[in-house]
Amino acid sequence: MSIEIIDVTKTYHIGSIDVAALQGVSLTIADGELVAIMGPSGSGKSTLMNILGCLDVPSSGSYRLDGQEVGPLKDDQLAVVRSRKIGFVFQQFNLLARTPAIEQVELPMVYAGVRDRRARAMAALEAVGLSDRARHKPTELSGGQQQRVAIARALVNEPSIILADEPTGALDTHTSAEIMGIFQRLNRERGLTVIFVTHEPEIAYHTRRIIHLRDGLITSDEQVPDAEFRRADHPSEALALA
Amino acid sequence: MSSSIRVALRALGANKLRTTLTMLGIIIGVSAVIALMSIGRGAQAQVSAQIQSLGTNLLFIRPGALKDQGGVRSNATQAASLTLEDSDAVAALPNVVATAPEVDTGAQLLANGQNWNTRITGVTDAYSTVRNTPVAQGDWISKAEVDGRSSVVVLGDTVAQQLFPDGDPIGQTVRMSVGGRTGANFRVIGVTQAKGASGLGNTDDTAYVPITTVMARLFAQRTARGAPNVSTVNVQVVSESLMDDTVSQIGDLLRARHKVAQDDFTIQSQQDFLNTFNQIAGTFTLLLGAIAGISLVVGGIGIMNIMLVSVTERTREIGIRKAVGARRRDILTQFLVEAIVVSVLGGAIGIAIGSGFAALISQIQVPGGGGGTSTLQTQVGIDSVALAFFVSAAVGLFFGIYPATRASRLNPIEALRYE
Repeated sequence: MSIEIIDVTKTYHIGSIDVAALQGVSLTIADGELVAIMGPSGSGKSTLMNILGCLDVPSSGSYRLDGQEVGPLKDDQLAVVRSRKIGFVFQQFNLLARTPAIEQVELPMVYAGVRDRRARAMAALEAVGLSDRARHKPTELSGGQQQRVAIARALVNEPSIILADEPTGALDTHTSAEIMGIFQRLNRERGLTVIFVTHEPEIAYHTRRIIHLRDGLITSDEQVPDAEFRRADHPSEALALA
Repeated sequence: MSSSIRVALRALGANKLRTTLTMLGIIIGVSAVIALMSIGRGAQAQVSAQIQSLGTNLLFIRPGALKDQGGVRSNATQAASLTLEDSDAVAALPNVVATAPEVDTGAQLLANGQNWNTRITGVTDAYSTVRNTPVAQGDWISKAEVDGRSSVVVLGDTVAQQLFPDGDPIGQTVRMSVGGRTGANFRVIGVTQAKGASGLGNTDDTAYVPITTVMARLFAQRTARGAPNVSTVNVQVVSESLMDDTVSQIGDLLRARHKVAQDDFTIQSQQDFLNTFNQIAGTFTLLLGAIAGISLVVGGIGIMNIMLVSVTERTREIGIRKAVGARRRDILTQFLVEAIVVSVLGGAIGIAIGSGFAALISQIQVPGGGGGTSTLQTQVGIDSVALAFFVSAAVGLFFGIYPATRASRLNPIEALRYE
């Protein structure tokens, strides 16, 4: 059981007003799942993602990641958990400026204190089909290529989960399909747990399970029927990517 | 460590103009420290060398007691209390090799249609060896000439050049007048070797005349008992180790001769001059360094200012780093290294520019005594370089701490959302 959250709430204090972003969410996600968390803006999905990603802690309730209770952890302890167990992929790629792809991918290993970084970073870039762009800086890469660098960075520390926040939001349809293909392939070949946070049904149907959120509560949690599941990691396409 | 320096250099390279302007404060501060301290050190070394070249076994007896021993000294009394007989009595002491009494006065010299305002030093035959002023041409003043109050003169090198620019001065006549009175004629018998201008005055720009002649014919200050006053008695002691011993013997002797309980004379050694001078020069160097140090502080504030701007601009970068696992201390280290790299880089450039200035200053001709020129020596010490280097690193560290702490405390969620 990779993720287990029980009755999690999150309340923000904005001035004198309390805003309840999550009002009691319980959820388990097993190793190797491919999940989409959906919901309109204000539904609490960003808050849920921040908590799942150990960027924030719940106001109440329990969050166990690989059996470890995250709630009582301090800032620096959360940083250590993020470094070992979580990989982030963002809508805006969030790469460092003026930094070659290979060093972007090495960054999480720097903070995790991993040796032999160059070889592992190279392997991660190869897994997303970018080994020939290792020395390129973000400005020298297309949007799709930048997002692939971000995916390599997310998976290089072999995390328990990858959290992808609208990963195709800044990409065109064709490139979006490519990126979803990479996620599906990593999930299928490596058993990587990938959680998407999105409001696009198109993206959600590339996963196996869709969780709907509204007003800080889960409204539905359903498996995607095989008939509606969309594969983007078609063998021919996977070949083209490599 | 090398990778965090590389990251810092990349961040600094991203905005070269800003980085350069940030460094400028440190560059100016450090180069000012280096250049100014080099002048202080150079002057100190130069004067020390000159004082030492005169010999460390010399004592000087002057009339009048000292007012103060703390740093700057001056005669409390202008008492005329030393005589030629005192000088002879001191010379008879067993520790003393020889004494050379002298009197000094300003004078107008006229010869060959040229005139020159200079100094007359009344001396004895012993002066040439005691004060190490050998002649380059002709002869030094003899004992017979001192005893006979002869009207002879040995010219300093500068005086000889001024009065006889293209002739042999030996055997020529020079007219000397003191205080605007009608002068007397003197025959030139010698010219001293040039020693060059020095921090202690120009020994080349003087005219040496038998002391008896000066007292009888040109100028004489009288002691209370009516004998002509001597302005300095130069005493050559057998060896440097006997200096203290000799000082007390001379003191006893002179107090007995003058029948006084309180000293009406002062005995100084070369070492006293050296100590006093070193003290003054040290204070001076420190003062220059401190003034220049202020600009280092200003430079440090500049660094802090820019680092704060940089932290705000790079909020998103900090968010990314935290999301992928950076702890507070990782971010703190990153920004501290950046601040230190800026200041140390500025310090290194400042040391280079300051040394360049020091070299340039030592090329400048400054007017010396007697119309000649000399150069201002500068000395860039390894200690001032090390000091400047570590001070600039410390400035970077100190002024980098606040911005780096701010960066390390940023909330990763807000930082990631920052546009």
